[in-house]
Amino acid sequence: MTVVKEIKEVVTILFAGDSGDGIQLTGGQFTDTAAMLGNDISTFPNFPAEIRAPIGTVAGVSGFQLNFGSVEIFTPGDQCDVLVVMNAAALKVNLKSLKPGGVIIANTAGFDKKNLRLAKMDEEYTIQADKKLDGFKVHEVDVTKLTRETLESSGLGTKAVDRSKNMFVLGFLYWIYDRPMDNTINFIESKFKGKQDLIDTNIKVMKAGYHYGETCEAFPTQIEVKPADIEKGVYRNVIGNQAAAIGLIAAANKAGLDLFYGTYPITPASDILHTLSRHKNFNVKTYQAEDEIAAICSAIGASYGGALGVTASSGPGIALKGEAIGLAVSLELPLVIVNVQRGGPSTGLPTKTEQSDLLQAMYGRNGEAPVPIIAAQSPTDCFDAVYEACKIAVEHVTPVFFLSDGFIANGSEPWKVLSEDQLSDITVKFAPPREESDAAFLPYQRDEKGSRPWAIPGTKGLAHRIGGIEKENLTGNISYDPDNHELMTRLRQEKVDNIANYLPEQKLDSGKEGDKLLVLTWGSTYGVVKTAVQDLQKEGVSVAHAHVRYMNPLPKNLSELLKKFDKILMPEMNNGQFVRIIRDKFLVPAIPFNKIQGLPFYSREIKAKIKEVLN
Amino acid sequence: MSTEAIKAKPKAQDYATDQDVRWCPGCGDYSILKQVQSVFAELEVDKDNTVFISGIGCSSRFPYYMNTYGMHSIHGRAPAFASGLKSINPDLNLWVITGDGDSLSIGGNHFIHALRRNFNLNILLFNNQIYGLTKGQYSPTSEKGKVTKSTPVGSVDHPFNPLALSMGADSTFVARSMDRDPKHLRAVLLRAQEHKGTSLVEIYQNCNIFNDGAFFTFTEKETKGETVLFAEQGKPLVFGANNDKGIKLDGFTPRVVNLSEASANELWIHDETDRVKAGILTRFFDDPSKEGALPRPFGIFYVEQRSNYETEMIAQVNKAVAAKKANLNDLLRGSNTWEIK
Ligand code: SF4
Repeated sequence: MTVVKEIKEVVTILFAGDSGDGIQLTGGQFTDTAAMLGNDISTFPNFPAEIRAPIGTVAGVSGFQLNFGSVEIFTPGDQCDVLVVMNAAALKVNLKSLKPGGVIIANTAGFDKKNLRLAKMDEEYTIQADKKLDGFKVHEVDVTKLTRETLESSGLGTKAVDRSKNMFVLGFLYWIYDRPMDNTINFIESKFKGKQDLIDTNIKVMKAGYHYGETCEAFPTQIEVKPADIEKGVYRNVIGNQAAAIGLIAAANKAGLDLFYGTYPITPASDILHTLSRHKNFNVKTYQAEDEIAAICSAIGASYGGALGVTASSGPGIALKGEAIGLAVSLELPLVIVNVQRGGPSTGLPTKTEQSDLLQAMYGRNGEAPVPIIAAQSPTDCFDAVYEACKIAVEHVTPVFFLSDGFIANGSEPWKVLSEDQLSDITVKFAPPREESDAAFLPYQRDEKGSRPWAIPGTKGLAHRIGGIEKENLTGNISYDPDNHELMTRLRQEKVDNIANYLPEQKLDSGKEGDKLLVLTWGSTYGVVKTAVQDLQKEGVSVAHAHVRYMNPLPKNLSELLKKFDKILMPEMNNGQFVRIIRDKFLVPAIPFNKIQGLPFYSREIKAKIKEVLN
Repeated sequence: MSTEAIKAKPKAQDYATDQDVRWCPGCGDYSILKQVQSVFAELEVDKDNTVFISGIGCSSRFPYYMNTYGMHSIHGRAPAFASGLKSINPDLNLWVITGDGDSLSIGGNHFIHALRRNFNLNILLFNNQIYGLTKGQYSPTSEKGKVTKSTPVGSVDHPFNPLALSMGADSTFVARSMDRDPKHLRAVLLRAQEHKGTSLVEIYQNCNIFNDGAFFTFTEKETKGETVLFAEQGKPLVFGANNDKGIKLDGFTPRVVNLSEASANELWIHDETDRVKAGILTRFFDDPSKEGALPRPFGIFYVEQRSNYETEMIAQVNKAVAAKKANLNDLLRGSNTWEIK
């Protein structure tokens, strides 16, 4: 049979099923293979909040969305072209995410009476009779049965056999998209090393899925997605949290400091801890403290001792750390505070994404307590942004916030491999030892940056006392003097403001000054907005895009840049936070555009809003 | 002060700062500060290698008065700062200064976790059974029924027994002393400093402004003979104004016996390495005014040699460093790459 090949630029696939169906693994393997074939990619896993949510229920549905193409990709895609569902609940939850006319691949074994009941659907439901599926191309495949038949003579129990059914789906999709299986075969061989029976069965099932595609004739055409025209070089795949962990190690390494990571387990930040704890050979000390407060206090203690102290959490944990962040501001010690944001308030939506902790980072402390803030824009940018956060913390001797969120922390994209010498230097300046005959040591004497000396215990002649009570300028002795307090408050603020002199100016990401509208973004909305704006520019719409990563202090030229536009639109995954700062600082009538669903924006939503604002 | 003077033999005053000490006149904190400074002089402590970390409260002003490194941190959290610092520089001589509210109320969590982790540091718990800095509210060690500004008709809280709590948290060094007995306090501080692990020293401290005389039954000449028991290693537990009473263990129950009636070898011999007996001893916590009350013990209750958190943490790092040379380029590259040509 000769197979016709259809060529597509971009394809979005959403794998959905029970947490136990191996959805994340299937998606991850398809991603790796696509990346190796030279496609540009972006992924977004969507987990249920419960670890072992009841099997087959709506609450237990896990998803993995993958966008790959022969053009540059900046988002995991809006609606998907292909929806793979392993059971009824997965279809129920995700049907709205499928494009009109899209393809559904449904595991019919997941639509039996029991599964329908678990999904709270009518037990008489059938896919064929479902009117809602009209207009979609539905392919029913009894994956469970086919997998069992494939492994009939394997001697494995039903449970073990059923566990490999995701490999059948993967093989089937590999055939549809004309992908080689080698990469996954290598993966299976290394994952199950020493367990030959598991290696054999998994490969056998994947191949069965592939051959099923070839012979079943359900898909008369294979779809080809050609390699993207991306910059030449060696690439790897990276998840945002992993990139952040590598960034922390790289920064400490370049600075010649020990890395101390004091933290308390919390979703979605814990993966940074897991990654760091496997890299002790880089002089990484991970400390799982008794609570969030102890986590940051231990990190401050470590910084005081001359290490790069880092603490990480998500919104609820950051709230607990508030008082200690204030102390770090007052002590003026280097510290990096990582916030992988999630839906709030309170416990909120632990596994979902939101950008709603910006004002917390900006103002969430008692007293005047300014802290510099850098926000990452994509999974790979977690590396760069956290690296910069460390550099500022150490070179300006101050606590710094690094903001990420669940979307980019768990999302992945290809990352052009960096080498050590491409990283900027980080200069550490410890206060030098002092002889008794030298001039008195002044722990709060500032340098040209406005920073005080980093004087670590154990240094000869520098014994001094610091604390959270207001300090006298220069000596650091306790002072309740009114004028001194005002002076110190201003000096701490100036030190932070002064960082802007060391940061790059704000640029437009696309478009030009004088366009009718500027879309102004921060954080993880970058890719979606970039895609939307570029699409509209191709249609001739007069729109520009600027993306801010230095949230505090803001780039020096931002005010000037904003004045070049009549209208400013600010999409945010919150109820309007950055827009308040921009309106407050620059008195411009920026228009908020908010989505607060625990989910990222879709490009189409941004496009529609831009058109609305321009009309 | 010249370098030569220090080398000759430091004096207690060499460990004082130029800052005015701002505790109320007559506060028990003065005596504790003096004893710490004199122990430092005796041990010729290197002030550049010593750090005091405190929380919030009257006692937590302590670091400002010690001519060493010092951090006056936030309420209840001193042990948490200390754990990070000690992980980075295990050679520092580290002291945590805390009070009953600081360590047992707002900082209770950090207190017990510090004890179980057993960092090599000393915790001096100034217990005055009151909130002094906030002007006189009852504390977690105040006796039940305590009338204070916040409890005008008496508190209904059952108080903490700090040493029993420490035993429960698997502390490796548990001791009690008092501000009014400088000799005893010095001896205990010397042992605490010697111990490789978290040394917990509870110090009964008089707050003469808000809780004057809270411990007078144990500290004053007239009464202490009958109410105080000084536990000494290897010696029988004997007390009384005329040293005429002893403690005998009847199964697990301690009983007061008259020495004229009991033979010396029946008495409880203090063994600071005996966890079970130490547990019983910390439970000598009776109200001294009650008939038949057991005396309140002072001294070193329990000592155990156990590995320190920082030592094990650093050993893991060193082992990893020796096993696999850190190569940043390899880390940046990861294990799975592809090339776009
Ligand atoms: S209030 Fe009490 S504890 Fe505080 S300094 Fe005065 S006497 Fe000492």
